[in-house]
Amino acid sequence: MALEVKGLTAGYGPIAVLRGVDFRAEPGQITCLMGRNGVGKSTFLKCLMGLIPASGGSIQLNGVALQGLPAHEVPKRGLAYVPQGRRLFGPLTVAENLAVGGLVQGNDRTTLQRVLTLFPRLRERLTQTAQTLSGGEQQMLAIARALCLAPRVLLLDEPTEGLQPSMIALIQEAVLTLKAQGVAVVLVEQRVDAVLKLADRVGFMRAGRVEETRDAKGLAVGDPVFQTFVGV
Amino acid sequence: MKVWTLHLGLIVVLFAAQFWLSPYHSTNLARIMVLAVFAMGYNLAFGYTGLLSLGHALFFAAGMYGAGLPAQLWGVTAGPALILGILAGGGMAAAVGLLALRTAGVSFMIVTLMFAQAGYLAILYFAAVTGGDEGFTLPAAARSIAGLDLSSDTPRFLAALTLFAVGLLVSLALVRSPFGRSMVAIRENEERSRMLGLNPFTVKLVALVLSGLYAGAAGAAYGILFGYAGASFATIQYSILPMLYVLLGGAGTILGPFLGAALMFALIEVASGVTSAYLFLVGAALVALVLFAPRGILGTIRERWAKWLP
Repeated sequence: MALEVKGLTAGYGPIAVLRGVDFRAEPGQITCLMGRNGVGKSTFLKCLMGLIPASGGSIQLNGVALQGLPAHEVPKRGLAYVPQGRRLFGPLTVAENLAVGGLVQGNDRTTLQRVLTLFPRLRERLTQTAQTLSGGEQQMLAIARALCLAPRVLLLDEPTEGLQPSMIALIQEAVLTLKAQGVAVVLVEQRVDAVLKLADRVGFMRAGRVEETRDAKGLAVGDPVFQTFVGV
Repeated sequence: MKVWTLHLGLIVVLFAAQFWLSPYHSTNLARIMVLAVFAMGYNLAFGYTGLLSLGHALFFAAGMYGAGLPAQLWGVTAGPALILGILAGGGMAAAVGLLALRTAGVSFMIVTLMFAQAGYLAILYFAAVTGGDEGFTLPAAARSIAGLDLSSDTPRFLAALTLFAVGLLVSLALVRSPFGRSMVAIRENEERSRMLGLNPFTVKLVALVLSGLYAGAAGAAYGILFGYAGASFATIQYSILPMLYVLLGGAGTILGPFLGAALMFALIEVASGVTSAYLFLVGAALVALVLFAPRGILGTIRERWAKWLP
């Protein structure tokens, strides 16, 4: 068991967003989270990372409790997060962004080489500032920076949003490689085709809860569950 | 390699400058180098970590009095006095940082300004020890090191250059180290840094203490080399000066603080020869800077032509 979440509740001040989320992510599997806007998918990932405090429930990684830890301690326990919109250090170069990502791990060379093998395009852009990269390259860098933490669980929030098809294919390929390497990937995704291509399991969220979890093999385009939870 | 050559080259040029500068200009250059160390410290906090402080006069004065008072009261010699001054600057920054870093942005500016004003008033209040507004001159015994009289031109210049060189090279090594990358990451975005496992409070506190050590070293050296400690060095002017040096030279550049200190010094020197209202000219120059080179001189050069500049 990599990541196990039980009854997680959280919100913004008096507004409850997560109302008892139960969720599991296994090593070497891609678990997708789907749901309409505002159901709490991004809030859930932020809460896992300690960026939003949990008001109840538990988060365990290999049996070790994560809830209540300061946000900067969570990555040291094996979770890495790629937020929506990339959130890079724009004025820093690709190499510097990766170096900052690897600080906690002591910038291990093997990890860095593995990351650059996964995204060879970044190797060609090491001295370029992050803000001058294309959208797809920025997304690659955001994932690469998170991978410099050598995580056991990688949280991706809509990584292919707004990208051209060729870039989407490259990023999906990288995610599948990470899965093959044994990383537990949690992917928030709105596109049904991407979910069907990548996911092993799919959690459907509504009103701050994961209401249904399905094996991806049993899903197909047009399945009523997509209409129910995503509206497509 | 290019980076180290540039910085070591500057040190060599400054060393050579003593042979062709007049004693008057040589003394001025020594003063600039000491003030540049102060600005380098400010740059670590502001330029690299994004901490806009208005309280650095307190750290400078802590260094000056931390070195000057033991010299005056107990006859401590220059070497130990300098170390005491450095520790006083760093210690004061740690104390202020532990409280002030619980705030951010404008609040941080105001809290640091408050601490600096409290320090200034304390110097005036304890006039029996500090000399109050008049200050005190350091005894001759405290102004020599290894038999060299630091009140004479050449040893003073070399002492200032040594301090400057150490400050510059340490600063360069620091910003290129993993910790330097942490500082820049925190400056760029705290939440993103936290997501990557960095603790913003710790990084900012360490950066502020390092900045305080630099300010303390500059304050102590200023007192020892120029023989005077006074309350005027604890006024807000001495919090604003390093900020101006850094903004003029280029925040977040290694050589910016020196360039800014040198240019500002020269500007005041020239402008004060033209008019008694020389601060108007200085102000106009700063307005021009903000309009045409908002990243400072070296910041603009780095952005446009020399991206390799640290």
